[in-house]
Amino acid sequence: MSYQTIMDQKKDIMRDALRLDYEQFEFPGIGFDYEKMMASSGYTLEDVMRIQRENNVGQTPMIELKRLSAYARKFAKPGFGARIFLKDESQNISGSFKARRAAMAIYQAKKLGFKGVIAATSGNYGAAVAALACRAGLKCIIVQECYDSNGVGQPEIIEKARACQAYGAEVVQLSVGPELFYEFLVLLKETGYFNASLYSPYGVMGIETLGYEIAHDMMKQENKYPEAVICTNAGGGNLTGTARGLKKAGARDTKIIAASVDLSGLHMASDKDFNLKSFTTGHTGFGIPFTTFPDRSDVPRSAARPLRYMDRYGLVNQGSVFFITEALALLEGMERGPAGNTSLAMAFSIAQEMKDTDIIVVQETEYTGAGKHMNAQISFASDRGIELKTGNPLQEKPGTNIIFPSSGSMLKHKELDLRTLRLSYLKHYSDDMLFDEDYNYLKDELNVPIDEIKQMMEEINESKK
Amino acid sequence: MIQPKTYVEIYRVILPTHERSKNLPVDTSRVPFEMRIRGRLLKAGNIGDVVTIETPTKRIETGILVSEEPYFAHSFGHYVPMLTQVRNIILEETEDLS
Repeated sequence: MSYQTIMDQKKDIMRDALRLDYEQFEFPGIGFDYEKMMASSGYTLEDVMRIQRENNVGQTPMIELKRLSAYARKFAKPGFGARIFLKDESQNISGSFKARRAAMAIYQAKKLGFKGVIAATSGNYGAAVAALACRAGLKCIIVQECYDSNGVGQPEIIEKARACQAYGAEVVQLSVGPELFYEFLVLLKETGYFNASLYSPYGVMGIETLGYEIAHDMMKQENKYPEAVICTNAGGGNLTGTARGLKKAGARDTKIIAASVDLSGLHMASDKDFNLKSFTTGHTGFGIPFTTFPDRSDVPRSAARPLRYMDRYGLVNQGSVFFITEALALLEGMERGPAGNTSLAMAFSIAQEMKDTDIIVVQETEYTGAGKHMNAQISFASDRGIELKTGNPLQEKPGTNIIFPSSGSMLKHKELDLRTLRLSYLKHYSDDMLFDEDYNYLKDELNVPIDEIKQMMEEINESKK
Repeated sequence: MIQPKTYVEIYRVILPTHERSKNLPVDTSRVPFEMRIRGRLLKAGNIGDVVTIETPTKRIETGILVSEEPYFAHSFGHYVPMLTQVRNIILEETEDLS
């Protein structure tokens, strides 16, 4: 069936594949009832915890990184250098926090009587869906963007394909391009399977337990909630779910900080750029567009809406994440996948601005192994002509070089201006006539007062003249 | 001749260049949108033949036979001198930590 024919059927295919009518949540204007959508599944936080527990998901260790914290403290003013804690999510079934999301999607698919599930993902989510699907006796197809036009596969993604196959899943490997979504729809239509989307309410509520556990772990171990939690940000679900869980547990003052790997300059739909990057997720190529326009996802209304919860957003470069991955192994005896350490690199930098009695929680780790190990990624990059050097990591040029910090003192993040992100979000509505209820919706979406939104809209309209 | 039931990989062009999405970078628009998938060969064939396979979910897929008994060969990569340098920076700077 032609590209256009399938894309024209998108709405119907999606509705059948989730059996969720998104129309019921729509407001008359630009908005929709987010909380109603999140509550529509009927699952309480307790239900989610029970379902995850039954699947060996969640209740992961919370570990204080004493030596890594002390290393960061060396570069801070006296009295500064926060204590860094790490939630070891690699201990979940399938090796990442994505199992929390998959557990809920699979539970829902099974409950609705679907025979199988499909997920479009090149990352850990594929392995998570495959693992949870086989436990539920459901068939599973994972659709990956994997190869460039020369048939060269990204090693990290090939490793995910192997993991998915280990759990009995079928893996459809595609070349570079947004038409992955077309093939995803073709397969949903052909099989009648459930859309195990990362962005459905189930995909995001599965993460709320992570935020909830962090709050409880810290209260139990340290008798207080953490001052900050750092979340690696790509599609936004990780941050959204964690923040919601923290709030549900009562940790309302904890700052929610987003971190992404800076891949500025690389085009995410470029065949040539595809294998020039050393990170396939947790990077700005997903982080920025999904933050500033959440509804670009594979469902009509994404449950991942990071600007509602984000207090800060920082970028780290590829070299810094590799550096901190090495430090985590050498100082703490924890060998973990590089991409999951994006937020750890950011924590190393931010800890130095915070008091030494403050607590900062890095909310994930992921498994490492052939293909997705830092040595695999860096040797792959050097074979593609990427220059490797030490120096100031903030001068790294993605696709041209990887700059490792020449000292821990050089590992710094770059702060993004949230106002600029909010403006970028609002630009999507610059041609719409907005009414009071639209502004009320935008107030929640952007987490700023209505006056400020009106002022930003005026600025956008001014700049168009 | 590769025998039926053999585990194989096939390749198929899903969208030729002229049927691809209009919003693509130039380099991507010049190449077709392709798929690779593995499964059991249904009828005997040779590398390069158009064949059909049964996938793990028991779907039937058609494409060019590209590999017999495909396997994973991804690894931890080769030695990278720069990583030893990074390792030494960290070890030297943390030598005095308790």
